[in-house]
Amino acid sequence: MTLLPGGVCKAGSTIVNKTGGWRTFKPVYDYDKCVKCKLCELLCPDMSVLPRDDGYFEFNYDFCKGCGICANECPKDAISMTLEEK
Amino acid sequence: MKSLLSSGHRGCAGCCDAMAAKFTLMAAGEDCIVINPTGCLEVMTTPYPESSWEVPWIHSLFENTAAVASGIEAALKAMGKMGDTKIIAMGGDGATLDIGMRAISGAFERGHDFTYVCIDNEAYMNTGVQRSGATPFGASTTTSPAGKVSIGNPRPKKNMPAIIAAHGAPYIATTSIGYPKDMIRKVKTAIDTEGPTYIHAHAPCTTGWGFDSSKTVEIAKLAVETALWPLYEMEDGDVTKVKKIMKPKPVEDYLKMQKRFKHLFTMEGGDDAIKKIQALADENIVKFGLQ
Repeated sequence: MTLLPGGVCKAGSTIVNKTGGWRTFKPVYDYDKCVKCKLCELLCPDMSVLPRDDGYFEFNYDFCKGCGICANECPKDAISMTLEEK
Repeated sequence: MKSLLSSGHRGCAGCCDAMAAKFTLMAAGEDCIVINPTGCLEVMTTPYPESSWEVPWIHSLFENTAAVASGIEAALKAMGKMGDTKIIAMGGDGATLDIGMRAISGAFERGHDFTYVCIDNEAYMNTGVQRSGATPFGASTTTSPAGKVSIGNPRPKKNMPAIIAAHGAPYIATTSIGYPKDMIRKVKTAIDTEGPTYIHAHAPCTTGWGFDSSKTVEIAKLAVETALWPLYEMEDGDVTKVKKIMKPKPVEDYLKMQKRFKHLFTMEGGDDAIKKIQALADENIVKFGLQ
């Protein structure tokens, strides 16, 4: 590992660290219930809720740690947490 | 909108610090310089040689965040390079209320144009939940453990916004990660106000407080709804706006969801402690005219 002067790191470089493996429960959308309120995208502490072209959202399972805040706060109960399986 | 805090950070699932940092960056935009003291936020976002920050970011020490921010502001001004760049210091409650207090006092007294955001999770979470000046009355931490002879932390929270107000800061606000839009608006107002401004954001910590990771936002909201954490804004030392709570919830609703207050419901004398906590909430309602 080379040490840069001043210990400077590249911006946004934690992106190489895929935290999805931490997950026990996996959030899953029910698009019939979703009203595109964007609350899940706003609250996600891991920036793993990505907007789609049609206005709905999808999870980035590479980084979602399965905290469940999105499912807990969703006003329409459109997100369910399901046990992660191998 | 692309977040300026990138994924892959090592924060716990349901981390309050990550949310507070995300909201602050949403308010600040790309043209800002962030100064971070030692703490969870610093450790989890920048494990060398990686960084989650998409904006210029610096960490120096635990105690000198505000001094580093002052230096950056003064240097940019002296070189005529300030432009629209915003200087944002973002520290935890330990770095703000305890260790960094002197440097903060100095920076606010000298009147540097910067915004200080305190992410208050009410203990030293990074080192394993030690009591800080922000730990509330009755909370059990590793250095104020509840047991046969103790109900946990014997002292109430230090009133940091009042200390900053005494420095004559033009804008001070308390906010909570349970109300992201409120937080984003207040950070924006603070940044747009000239001079040293202060934001105190209440942030429930899933690991340190002992609750399920999905409840971070729910508990943050309960703190506000029980009046234990009043949301208000101060301009030039006077409280100008408060978030009204029509029907304040009993403090038990907030306390019973957290492991750090669990002993209050089982031990002898716990009832009295809960009554004291309720009295603190009632005092807030009267003091800030929340109802």
